[in-house]
Amino acid sequence: MTMTFESYRDVIEDREYPTVREWRDRTGGKVIGCFPVYAPVEVPYSLGMLPIGLFGGGNRVEIANADSRFQSFICSIVKSTLELGFIGKLDVLDGLMFHSICDPARNLASVMGRNFPQRPAVFVHLPQNFQSPLAAQYMATELRRAADELGAIAGRKARDEDLAAAIVAYDKVRELQRRLYALRSSSPERISTSELYTLSRLATLMDPKDVAPILEAALAGAIKRTERPKDRIRVVLAGSFCEQPPLELIESLEQAGCYIVDDDFLLGWRTQRHPIEVNGDPFLALGNAYVNDSHHLSPKHDLRKPRAAGLIESAKANRADAVIFLGAKFCEPGLFDYALYRKALETSSIPHLMLEFEEKMWLYDRIRSEVETFVESMLFAEAKAS
Amino acid sequence: MTPATTATPTKKPAADAKPAAPAIKYQGTVHELQKQLMSKYYADLTSIAEGGPGRSAQLLIAGNPVEVLRTFDMIPVFPEINALQLAVRKNSLPLIQKAEELGYSTDNCAYVKADIGMWENGGKTPFATIPKPDVLVCNYVGCNVYLNWFEHLAEKVGSPAINIDIPFMRTKDGQPAEGDVEYVVAQLKELVKLLEKVTGMPFDEDKFVKIVERSSRVGQLWSQIRDLTKKRPTPYDAYFDSVTMMAPLYCLRGTEEAVDFFERTLEEMTAKVERGEGALPDGEKFRIVIEGPPPWPFLRVFRDMFSRWGAVAVASTYATVGGIWEFGFHHDPAHPFESVAKHMIEANLCNRSMLQRYDQIWRYAQEWSADALVIHSVKSCRLFSAGQGDMREHFVHDRDLPTLLIESDLEDPRYFSQAQLRNRIDAFFEALEQRRITGGKAA
Repeated sequence: MTMTFESYRDVIEDREYPTVREWRDRTGGKVIGCFPVYAPVEVPYSLGMLPIGLFGGGNRVEIANADSRFQSFICSIVKSTLELGFIGKLDVLDGLMFHSICDPARNLASVMGRNFPQRPAVFVHLPQNFQSPLAAQYMATELRRAADELGAIAGRKARDEDLAAAIVAYDKVRELQRRLYALRSSSPERISTSELYTLSRLATLMDPKDVAPILEAALAGAIKRTERPKDRIRVVLAGSFCEQPPLELIESLEQAGCYIVDDDFLLGWRTQRHPIEVNGDPFLALGNAYVNDSHHLSPKHDLRKPRAAGLIESAKANRADAVIFLGAKFCEPGLFDYALYRKALETSSIPHLMLEFEEKMWLYDRIRSEVETFVESMLFAEAKAS
Repeated sequence: MTPATTATPTKKPAADAKPAAPAIKYQGTVHELQKQLMSKYYADLTSIAEGGPGRSAQLLIAGNPVEVLRTFDMIPVFPEINALQLAVRKNSLPLIQKAEELGYSTDNCAYVKADIGMWENGGKTPFATIPKPDVLVCNYVGCNVYLNWFEHLAEKVGSPAINIDIPFMRTKDGQPAEGDVEYVVAQLKELVKLLEKVTGMPFDEDKFVKIVERSSRVGQLWSQIRDLTKKRPTPYDAYFDSVTMMAPLYCLRGTEEAVDFFERTLEEMTAKVERGEGALPDGEKFRIVIEGPPPWPFLRVFRDMFSRWGAVAVASTYATVGGIWEFGFHHDPAHPFESVAKHMIEANLCNRSMLQRYDQIWRYAQEWSADALVIHSVKSCRLFSAGQGDMREHFVHDRDLPTLLIESDLEDPRYFSQAQLRNRIDAFFEALEQRRITGGKAA
């Protein structure tokens, strides 16, 4: 397990995208960069292309050009993704896929389209009226439209049987992720969040058929571990659904005394709660899964059930002692969520801590110190109560 | 017809001179009439809030479907308009700070925070008491903050809420995708069912058609008024004076009062054109397009920064957030639901892509004969602002249109730096003047 984590850590942070280049060289296929949060990855995959996660520049890319296009109050992932385009790191991509997660991301699709016309940006409008019985059918129609645009890049037409097969391929990866997440919640000493995150991130950079055996091996290895549980608090982490924190920050949270038992890292890539049932139209199956059987994503505004209720449910189901909101700086959807989460957490008497990060941060001492103080106060209160 | 402005000539001061005290009277008959109409509008809302008869619905400005709500005798309430009224009256900051105490970030849209702060005060404002809405209709027309805003409002006020999902303008040909109009029409009919339930009134299709007819008339009048700013001199400022006309355009569209207001406005502005009377008493020296919302807490100060240079807006994108009527769209009483849907999908700025906005601005620059583009970038509204640096790059390098990018905010007075803004604006117009003298682009 340690071997797996160590060997893939560099891969997920390398903006030369080595696994993607290797896939491209091996298959001759085209690649689609998917901006977070959710992308219907099955659609480009069904067209013989590899959808990959486009999560900005991390802390290894200096923003020198994109600052002149997006203002100082815009989040880092928008600027660093544009910067990757300016410095040629996105040459490995043949197209991009965006959806309306927030206004900066919406506008980024236009800016990328203007600056890099050779790389078409496909914009998918996901439904937001979840009370309407039309939502899933609308989404199926929209995915068919997106499939036509993606098909023009792939040079072939989408076929239902190919999409059904793509759903099966990604379902296998998601099922393994669900099992890894369940294992971490039940026995967090057996798999750390930094390990789980590395594996999940790897899944956004590889063919599902190639990454599934890696996840299977990791799961088998973790189950066999016999680590002794440490004296840590159990924490649900929310707010990192789009821009991703540095891996070192995740490690710092754990080292500061947290077992993270649920999180929303890369949630769009594993948002379906169950395997997708395909009975007939696979586009409609994807639509139904998103509308009726997916997790409480921040950009998904489902008035049937508030996201705050979803967070409280997760905290209870995972027997969390506390919630840490780890929000990206200038991430407006996340910051709006925090105001609602804070109220719901206080109503439910769940201790919580608000932290802010940037993908390009290098120093973690301050955050680590804040978390250590929070953990100590929790452990002290627990000891006093018993 | 009373002249719209009372002339008190001002001379452009030297760039290093102290700001002159406001000397230009911008108010005309239109402004007075608007004040009367909006006072009555807010009095009606206060009456409802205080237990009087009537119903209200909250919805949002972008591509607003007021026609459906007015069919059920519901007064449309726009939180953006309430928020800007608070800002203009210098009441926004304590409300913003109240919201920040509740957990909202300094980086959240200040319109939302002022609104949340207002609800913490029980909806009381210096201009009205805003009633608890009978229904919250989130017309999700491009702005993602809208969805957050109404989620928060639904929790705060507890009214029934619905999202009307408007597909973004995302196709390569710049048209709505196949099925988009039908999808929105179907949702509007679901809204009708909800409103029947909330009000206990059956849907009256004839009444709906009549309201759409009035909206159509208002749209035609408004597009004629917008067209007048192609004249030299422009009879009114298409940014600072347009905002006066936008409140009736949204709050009263579909009513006889709105038709009357826009008929009188067209009459007044046409008369000004015939008299050769411009928006500025000292003459129009620079014709500009302004992009982005105004800094409401300092509207007058901001306007003076341009007036002192004889700069007047002949077109503005902000005037099209609720709807774009000047390029041919009108509501169609023969297809009422379809035309309301098209208004929401394609005939407003907010649901159109950045690149479609570039095209809109370029069309203004050419057809309205503009000398320059001024981009007012506001932190609160990222729909407008995110990527405006790229917009500047495009207009300067690809279109050779002199472009100024300045930053402040639409609601939060803490982001308005008067001296810095004035320096930037002065430097820009000095350069523009120099460009003329040295044989650059002719005026």
